Amino acid sequence: MDTPKTVYISYIETTPEKLWDALTDGEFTRKYWGGRRIQSDWLVGSPVKHIREDGGIDWQGEVLKSERPRLLSYTFHMHISARHRGEQPSRVTFEIEPMGAVVKLTLSHDGFVSAGATFETTHHGWPAILSSLKSLLETGNPLPFTGLGFGRSGEARTSLT
Amino acid sequence: MFKALADRSRRKLLDQLHAQNGQTLSELCEHLDMTRQAVTKHLVLLEAANVVATVWRGREKLHYFNPVPLHEIYDRWIKKYERQRLRALSDLKKGLEASKGK
Repeated sequence: MDTPKTVYISYIETTPEKLWDALTDGEFTRKYWGGRRIQSDWLVGSPVKHIREDGGIDWQGEVLKSERPRLLSYTFHMHISARHRGEQPSRVTFEIEPMGAVVKLTLSHDGFVSAGATFETTHHGWPAILSSLKSLLETGNPLPFTGLGFGRSGEARTSLT
Repeated sequence: MFKALADRSRRKLLDQLHAQNGQTLSELCEHLDMTRQAVTKHLVLLEAANVVATVWRGREKLHYFNPVPLHEIYDRWIKKYERQRLRALSDLKKGLEASKGK
């Protein structure tokens, strides 16, 4: 395995199954991921899409590994601008480990060009998304997005909620 | 977490990782004026606070800066002030545009 470029860890008070569903169910992602729905049948080789409320696609990819509730990996190709589209697809991997009363979620993102558009956007986006996910699972309330997250590079979509 | 960030050497270590993510202990030691033991001790604390994430690659342990806990603090204490500021700017813009239209 090559070296991951970024690694994010969050400890969440939940079960591995609930966390898996939160990562793979479009109705669930809509709540904490700025209204975006993830869509896939989660079979290895199947497409994954991340659809905005206006129907546009933020990113898409292909399922690489899908072992509920432990390991999920897909390729990740952002479509939010020509710069993002011009970059090679990268790879996102979620590892879920139960640790007593909490679950350790490790997100590794690799295979992107250093200091490129995908890195710039996701390096701001992932911590916001993981914080919102943690809040939703633990308290039932997601965190409001203020144009942060994956909308950051799309200035036109910055909202003042 | 605040205890983890309260030390100058540990903040320097985080700066190192921020500049170049995914370093081994030896790589980190090269750039710091500290003994290997001291760096190890600081890394243990930073990892316990979850501001450093580690991943094993074979027999090598790689260290990554993990911004997630910092973001949780940002969400809890800082964002609400920022939102008020953004709302004030938004109101100002609306007010100016409305008066221009008259």
